[in-house]
Amino acid sequence: MRQASLRTRNGIRRCTIAGVSTSPFAYAPAPESVRPALKASYGLFIGGKFVEPKSGKGFRTINPATEEAIAEVADGGADDVARAAAAARKALPKWSKAKPAERAKFLYRIARRIQERSRELAVLESMDCGKPIKETRDEDLPLVAQHFFHHAGWCDKLAYAFPGANPRPIGVCGQIIPWNFPLLMAAWKLAPALACGNTCVLKPAETTPMTALMLAEILQECGLPEGVVNIVTGGPDAGRAIVARAGGDFQKIAFTGSTEVGKAIAKACAGTGAKLTLELGGKGPNIVFADAAIDQAIEGVVSGIWFNQGEVCCAGSRLFVEESIHDDFIARLKARMQTLRVGDPLDKNTDVGAINSRAQLDTIERYRRAGVDEGAEKFETACELPKKGFWCRPTVFTGVQPSHTIAREEIFGPVLSVMTFRTPEEAVQRANNTTYGLSAGVWTEKAARALEMANRLNAGVVWLNTFNRFDATAPFGGYRESGFGREGGRQGLSAYLAFGAAAKGGRR
Amino acid sequence: MSAARVEVAKTLKLYVNGAFPRSESGRTIPVKDAKGRVAAHASHASRKDLRDAVEAANAAQPKWAAATAYNRGQVLYRFAEMLEARRAEFVSLIVSVEGRGKSDAAREVDHAIDRTVCFAGWCDKIASVLGGKQPVAGPYFTFTMPEPTGTVAVVAPDARPMLGTLSLVLPAMCAGNASVVVAPMSNAPLAVALGEALATSDVPAGIVNILTGLRAELCPWIASHRDIAAVTGAFLPAADAKALELGAAENLKRVDMHHGAPAFDDDAFWHSPLAILPLVELKTVWHPSAL
Repeated sequence: MRQASLRTRNGIRRCTIAGVSTSPFAYAPAPESVRPALKASYGLFIGGKFVEPKSGKGFRTINPATEEAIAEVADGGADDVARAAAAARKALPKWSKAKPAERAKFLYRIARRIQERSRELAVLESMDCGKPIKETRDEDLPLVAQHFFHHAGWCDKLAYAFPGANPRPIGVCGQIIPWNFPLLMAAWKLAPALACGNTCVLKPAETTPMTALMLAEILQECGLPEGVVNIVTGGPDAGRAIVARAGGDFQKIAFTGSTEVGKAIAKACAGTGAKLTLELGGKGPNIVFADAAIDQAIEGVVSGIWFNQGEVCCAGSRLFVEESIHDDFIARLKARMQTLRVGDPLDKNTDVGAINSRAQLDTIERYRRAGVDEGAEKFETACELPKKGFWCRPTVFTGVQPSHTIAREEIFGPVLSVMTFRTPEEAVQRANNTTYGLSAGVWTEKAARALEMANRLNAGVVWLNTFNRFDATAPFGGYRESGFGREGGRQGLSAYLAFGAAAKGGRR
Repeated sequence: MSAARVEVAKTLKLYVNGAFPRSESGRTIPVKDAKGRVAAHASHASRKDLRDAVEAANAAQPKWAAATAYNRGQVLYRFAEMLEARRAEFVSLIVSVEGRGKSDAAREVDHAIDRTVCFAGWCDKIASVLGGKQPVAGPYFTFTMPEPTGTVAVVAPDARPMLGTLSLVLPAMCAGNASVVVAPMSNAPLAVALGEALATSDVPAGIVNILTGLRAELCPWIASHRDIAAVTGAFLPAADAKALELGAAENLKRVDMHHGAPAFDDDAFWHSPLAILPLVELKTVWHPSAL
């Protein structure tokens, strides 16, 4: 075991380790020891091949930690979406009628190939997205592989999941995903759709197309029939072109992203007959009672809001602390925050990586200013930030009022708003006082209280004495303006199935 | 003067919060019988009537949701008993107002009553069928359970008014929701009779509210009402379905117009928990499990 180099990158001192050791204390290989094999430019993945976009346009996707270009990708337009939809439509009859157990084998293959290439995918995800390698390696990629593996097994078991209901594929699905968990969201969309016998057109987010394109290569390697999955990279135009075909080419639209765009999509789908699922924003309450295991609660609050730089729809962005422990809890939280390492996403020690884009950083900064302007007290960590790239220090606002912008609106960044409560009743009321309803956290050692809080919080996911846990078997999705439909598990399948005998004319 | 007895005509009123008010607007709509004669006048519900009904529903819903599933099941079964007691009345209303044959009418009424018994039985079973415990890949105890969505607007189609209305209302009721029903005007007297059956069963006031009126007029107000959590309908005119879907997008109400669903006769779908699914929220709860 030797230290191969000690160098400065992004203004952050870091060391890389090379060589192999038999020591039980050996380091894992450095992430950058596996460089993803990238092409200089990527076309659209349509009909099983990479093709040039009809739009003739492209854009460069950059690493938000360095602002350096990673590759050039195609900027798909309406014609490209039409072409991808046609390919998916063409592939549908054969794929939807394939023997389910044979369909399953493709999904199992994909899961296995993702596991084989997981280091490469994790590095690429960190480069394109800005999130720490610790998270892409230990959270995103294992969940991605699990999602395909779990859904592979559903292919030939759908009739048991919905007994007597004659489950059958919906048709062609148009799927639009965000930039915060790019590959994981692709898996959440594609795996259940394919398991249920549908074909797909997937649009990755504009700033994070890379891992979806590498997934396209994996689909080729696995021999997935042409046109079953089509990937159209691009910006809002490509997304609008997908939604515009709802009810025509697409019998199903699935979207994960902001509530604002989700509402626009719901309007566009009105009257088209297309099935719709939306996984949207959140303003998750994280509630700490005085009887909580305080050290664990602090870790839970930290992972609740600083996991993935807080760019998480289910982030615990509103902290409610029981008034009697507020001062002590916040002091300990601030001390813990100072140990958060902000910097190079490819450094295995990094806790908080780069903000995904300049635009998102601007949004976060606008909210941080609003917090100060409206009278809350700001605290941010003292860490040094790299010179290039998009960075934001972990931030806590105390003295926040429920009417403050930072208590009401989703910031989608590493910014926590702290409020207090005196009784469990008040905690429930304040936590539920939002138009969102995606996630909630509760910290208490009293089991009866934890379960009653779980009953009463209006959220699709409630984490008791933990936070930000995900699993392919566990349904995830929102109440109210956090959207509708579930992803994961048996419950998630119904979003991609039609039921009952096909509608007949005549009497009802 | 003839000795023929003069029939006591029923005033057709709304059913809101367990009572039978007239429309606050004072408006009525003539109800014609199968021969085209004006047989009665139904209340013509206004936007304010809708608002009152939603208010009553929202006030009543938490207690209904908090009742044990066993209790809700018994209440729904009691409702089936009341429907059975009025079976002859429902059959004769279908015959006289819609002009359908007696055996056809009886088939619809029987099917509707049997469906009510079916959903009485669902109350304490939907959690096992729609929810479950997940074998997550980690040391956590994780489970998913259905919860009621809140207040549901039920927009019933004109064809087969009794079976259709109950097919949409029962799933909402059994899951612990309250509902505001826009009744099919193909048979307003039947909708009023349904309200009377509800009022004499043990269904709490406000859990089902029934408005007679013009569907096309009420749909946009339903769609834009912020205190309605979900909208369910089936086989509606395309314009009404679109109005509901469009307005629902404003606050992301759950809206299920049952596009492509099989006809109400199909028990495989309409007796299944899939009929309940659009009107529940699935909540997943995690807790670490360790010694």
